[in-house]
Amino acid sequence: MPEFDLQFTIALVTNGLLIGLMYALIALGFVLVYKATDAINFAQGEFVMFAAFICAGAADLAGMPFWVAAALALAGMIAFGFGFERVVLRPLLGRPIIAVIMATIGIAALLRGVATLAFGGGTRAIALPVDDEPLFLGPLMLPPVQLVGAAVSLVFLAAFTWLFLKSRMGVAMRAVAESQQVATAMGIDVRRYFAFAWALAGVVSALGGIVWGGMLGVDNQLALIGLKVFPVVILGGLDSVVGAVVGGLIVGVVENLAAGYFDPIVGGGTKDFAPYVLMIAMLMIRPYGMFGSRRIERV
Amino acid sequence: MFHRESGVFKTTYGADMALFPLPVARWTVLAMAAVFIVLVPLTVGEYYVSIINLILIAVVGALGLNILVGYTGQISIGHGAFMSVGAYTAANLITRLDAPFWLALPAGGAMAALVGALVGIPSLRIKGLYLAIATLAAQLIIEWTINHVPWISGGIQASIEVPRPTFFGVQLRSQVQLYLFLMAFVVIAIVATMNLMRSRIGRAFIAIRDQDIAAEIIGIDIFRYKLWAFAISSFYAGVTGVLYTYYLGIANYEQFQIGVSIDYLAMIIIGGLGSVLGSIFGAIFVTLLPIATRWILEGVGGFFFSQADLLNIIPNLRLILFGGLIIVFLALEPEGLARLWRNIVSYFRVWPFSY
Repeated sequence: MPEFDLQFTIALVTNGLLIGLMYALIALGFVLVYKATDAINFAQGEFVMFAAFICAGAADLAGMPFWVAAALALAGMIAFGFGFERVVLRPLLGRPIIAVIMATIGIAALLRGVATLAFGGGTRAIALPVDDEPLFLGPLMLPPVQLVGAAVSLVFLAAFTWLFLKSRMGVAMRAVAESQQVATAMGIDVRRYFAFAWALAGVVSALGGIVWGGMLGVDNQLALIGLKVFPVVILGGLDSVVGAVVGGLIVGVVENLAAGYFDPIVGGGTKDFAPYVLMIAMLMIRPYGMFGSRRIERV
Repeated sequence: MFHRESGVFKTTYGADMALFPLPVARWTVLAMAAVFIVLVPLTVGEYYVSIINLILIAVVGALGLNILVGYTGQISIGHGAFMSVGAYTAANLITRLDAPFWLALPAGGAMAALVGALVGIPSLRIKGLYLAIATLAAQLIIEWTINHVPWISGGIQASIEVPRPTFFGVQLRSQVQLYLFLMAFVVIAIVATMNLMRSRIGRAFIAIRDQDIAAEIIGIDIFRYKLWAFAISSFYAGVTGVLYTYYLGIANYEQFQIGVSIDYLAMIIIGGLGSVLGSIFGAIFVTLLPIATRWILEGVGGFFFSQADLLNIIPNLRLILFGGLIIVFLALEPEGLARLWRNIVSYFRVWPFSY
């Protein structure tokens, strides 16, 4: 193991925290859907990729300015969220869990094919309106893209927390999540809020896609960040917005530290591996995560 | 399989559970055996036999996954990794100890079963979504481990070359010889699965799938049987991995990545969950899908697109069809191709006097 170096470690942790916030944003899409509809979205990564493709494609192919392209991605993903719920998931209501999982896996393959077919296989760039020059904060070097990403994540995490706690729609969604029957009895249109939840997942994916696409470039590989969502949500708890944030931060820091300290020894790949080890440990100890609601079911 | 009586006349449970429901079924099976063992190798070209071989390998894997997902109701997104465990176990045995196939195959299966049971342990505490994610983690962790431990993966490129199996001193060189070799294992796998599902263990699996709490109450040790399901299913996966390694002549972890796990899940969804026939149909369908897409587009697509475009279109169209078909089957025919087949058969059961 390389010598412990405080400055190096601080750099890794800071970077991890910024990345972690951006993970949290994507994980939020997963949590929103799970919370409201009990469905599991294995296509979250592809949602993000697709949104990034819309944004980059609109800017590249149609020459739209960034803000218009971003708005288009947002609108497109909201429509997609509504449509997906309506066309694919509604017929699957009440079917075993594997049906929903497989449906999202199916849509993942579909999106990947459509995106590459429509926008080409090459890597596109999203020109975020930020400087490329890294920001120096004492010894720390912070790329502005990550700062912006983290800031966007923070703003929207706060916005969604408010939405869930205070707004009429959020309260209704929480009621639906709590018990669909009681919610129906109280005059809440459950199916409408299912659709809202998926549309919100679309919003989050669009934001995530623009931010991540701006950082990594847009191609098929962008969908792989979907694989990071699972450790985040399991650590934090599947149905907790706070959990998504904390889980995101932990995963961001852990994978950065692991990559910084273990990669030289084992030869790469620890970044993708470490969060999953953490996740397995969590599944063994507290499957419902740090902030998730505990559902006791004895078999 | 093809013959049907005009109604249900069974009077005993034994008759209901028999492998051959009618005397004539023996003859049908015999006829099919003749077609597949004698006629196909004699008439079909080498290239087509190699495609059939791919299907045969997939059938074994799909049957195994169906035992776990279709019959026991547990989810695994880690079957690709279990296959790689079998593949590398066998490859190491073959290259280091010069093990013959009748040793390498069960050893690969057994090792995969062990790893599978280990992954299945959390299934006592977690189910549904959590189990899906745990097996996904297993997939990624096993993949990483094989890739990063040279002692298992044989170092560079993480691949081990494996010679074709020898059978009574004859090495199986041609695809036709390999076809007969693989066919034997497919027959064993099919019969074993059918018999397993008629046995006490199989009925316990189905009881757990249908209502786990009720199963516990009537005295089924759920944990034990879930582990059995994982072990048996992974054994099939391990054997699939070894067979595929023999087929390719090389053990390589890239052949067993998460996409493979998803392919096999698609097979049993499209073919039909909890059905032996469905596993076979699904394996045929999903294996042929990319090949057929390529054939058709290369044949017809040249009129519409340039060659460079086609290279881009083919793999993506395959993804779109694959994803779309999963969704279509889930929404419209949850019991898959096996159900469609049954519908056709039962239509002809009383044909032409259907009323």
